[in-house]
Amino acid sequence: MRTRRVVSDLNGALLELADSDGQLYLLGEDISDPYGGAFKVTRGLSTRHGGRVLSTPISEAAIVGVASGLALRGNRVIVEIMFGDFAGLCFDQLVNFTAKSVTMYGQRVEMPVVVRCPVGGQRGYGPTHSQNLQKHFIGVPNLRLFEMTPFHSNRAVLGRMLALGEPCLFFEDKGLYPSPMYEDGRIDELFGYDFLDARGNYARVFAGEPDRPDCLIIAPGGFVPRALAAMRRALLERDLLSQLIVPSQLYPVDTRPLVTQAVDAGRICVLEDGVAGGTWGREIAGLLYEHAWGRLRAPVRLIHPECGVIPAARHLEDEFAVTTAKIHDALIGMAHE
Amino acid sequence: MAEEHASAAPPPPPRLSDADLASMLLIRHFEQRLLELFAAGELAGTTHTCLGQEYIPVALNPLLDSQDIIFSSHRGHGHYLARYPEPTGLLAELMGREGAICGGIGGSQHLFRSGFLTTGVQGESLPAAVGVALDLRQTGSDALVLVYVGDGTWGEGAVYEALNLASLWQVPLLVAVENNGIAQSTPIWRHMAGSIAARALSFGIDHIRVDQTDPGEIRCLLRKPVAAVRYTPQPLVVEFITQRLGPHSKGDDTRDPGELDDLRAKDWYPRYAAAFPDQFAGADSQQRELVEAVVREVTARRLVPGRSR
Repeated sequence: MRTRRVVSDLNGALLELADSDGQLYLLGEDISDPYGGAFKVTRGLSTRHGGRVLSTPISEAAIVGVASGLALRGNRVIVEIMFGDFAGLCFDQLVNFTAKSVTMYGQRVEMPVVVRCPVGGQRGYGPTHSQNLQKHFIGVPNLRLFEMTPFHSNRAVLGRMLALGEPCLFFEDKGLYPSPMYEDGRIDELFGYDFLDARGNYARVFAGEPDRPDCLIIAPGGFVPRALAAMRRALLERDLLSQLIVPSQLYPVDTRPLVTQAVDAGRICVLEDGVAGGTWGREIAGLLYEHAWGRLRAPVRLIHPECGVIPAARHLEDEFAVTTAKIHDALIGMAHE
Repeated sequence: MAEEHASAAPPPPPRLSDADLASMLLIRHFEQRLLELFAAGELAGTTHTCLGQEYIPVALNPLLDSQDIIFSSHRGHGHYLARYPEPTGLLAELMGREGAICGGIGGSQHLFRSGFLTTGVQGESLPAAVGVALDLRQTGSDALVLVYVGDGTWGEGAVYEALNLASLWQVPLLVAVENNGIAQSTPIWRHMAGSIAARALSFGIDHIRVDQTDPGEIRCLLRKPVAAVRYTPQPLVVEFITQRLGPHSKGDDTRDPGELDDLRAKDWYPRYAAAFPDQFAGADSQQRELVEAVVREVTARRLVPGRSR
């Protein structure tokens, strides 16, 4: 079977949604053909649905505001923010209008708006085109955060987000676009995966059988290639058995499935590309302490870059980022705790 | 621009229809009563009254169809009452009492019902209004979107992003600017370089300046341009040169007493009372008593229940 790339899966999902839903709009900068978006995610969409796939001026606040207005009229809207770093430009619209409107009028106002944010670095794009700004959107009433993974069908996740009737941010690690989508529980000859919960929010990656691993990694989808490589090396060189949990919805956190796994493993690390300070990983760690205190074998390890600016030069960025080597070293270190 | 707001007392006003007079008086008494309720400690939070600006929504309302959508501002009670002469639900909302139109959650600056919405952040509603107007255009509707903003709103970048899109997409968007010459405490000459007219025109959007304060005259002036917004469709900016008689919010007026005296000398309320005493007296006492009855009734209502109840 031919491998399907993540970017094709996402592109196909958008096409399918636009085909099947005559009230779905796509808005964003440079998303129309022949350009098809800075990362080619929207390729082909404007050719098929020109009236509902609209390239906009460079106006993130207005784009999200227009999306809210369209949603108020019963439409569904998917917005592309070219680089997730620019999400700050639509912060007010998203936080104070789209999200708040769902409940601030004393009656439920449906706001089916998905804001797609390509994020992440390791491309040498530098300080303002490489960030993961998830933490700034955590804990906003009526705003949910999802992240793209190679395990969760983009068609299903986008459909789920749009059906919520509440705005969602969808973070897409740029490094994941060319990666393969995984299907049917198989990754390679060593690793397979299943889903922890009935809803399928948490993908669980393991080697052999999913029983008690030496340690548990919790990480957003963008980490899958790096985490898999680190887990493979730790297993082959050190016989260290680790397990990886990858959520589709980052926030709010569905705690229960995580707690069960965390207690089984006893040693947990949380990976994230957002820089230190008030992060999603801290939120996860806080929840695990609250619900599994006394049942963990070691403190939750948070592995993220220091609170600094992401350098543009590749060697400096590698030094700064959470790389495969750093994840591997963390796994080895944890095994000895 | 400052001198536009401080000229000599104008000539006596033209006669208003009974309906226009009733609407203007309802808004006047409602807003005045709010300030009294605040002073008496009966109302909490904040409010922004539109004393002196009542004629603007009263003039515009008959130009609207039932399908039109209004995005109002922080100073929105008059906009609401001109369209829905239902002060009871509005006051209940402001007091967090039963019958509140938004369950007491929204309060003064966050009102919502079909065809009417306010937000509390300056300039925030314009992009959303463009989105609604885009839907109207795409679905071939004859409805339009009316957005009320103040002169101070023009300091926000979202306004320009929205005007750019409104013009590019030629959507039925009517922007009513209530230019009262002051943004909270900052006079327009301190907060606006250039002019609203030039800013609108730079986006290829027509601009109409309205110095008149008589609803009938204003409608004559705007009937055709508003129809063009609806049927062409296309955006339009209408700038009302108006005056804010009261404080920005409650008791926070730092303007010079002489300036306030000048503004009060131009207030339509005493001038109209003097010009048409017979029509005025009955209408005024009727609306005053109506608002008084609403205050009595709403004040006696129970507080809206919280989640725990």
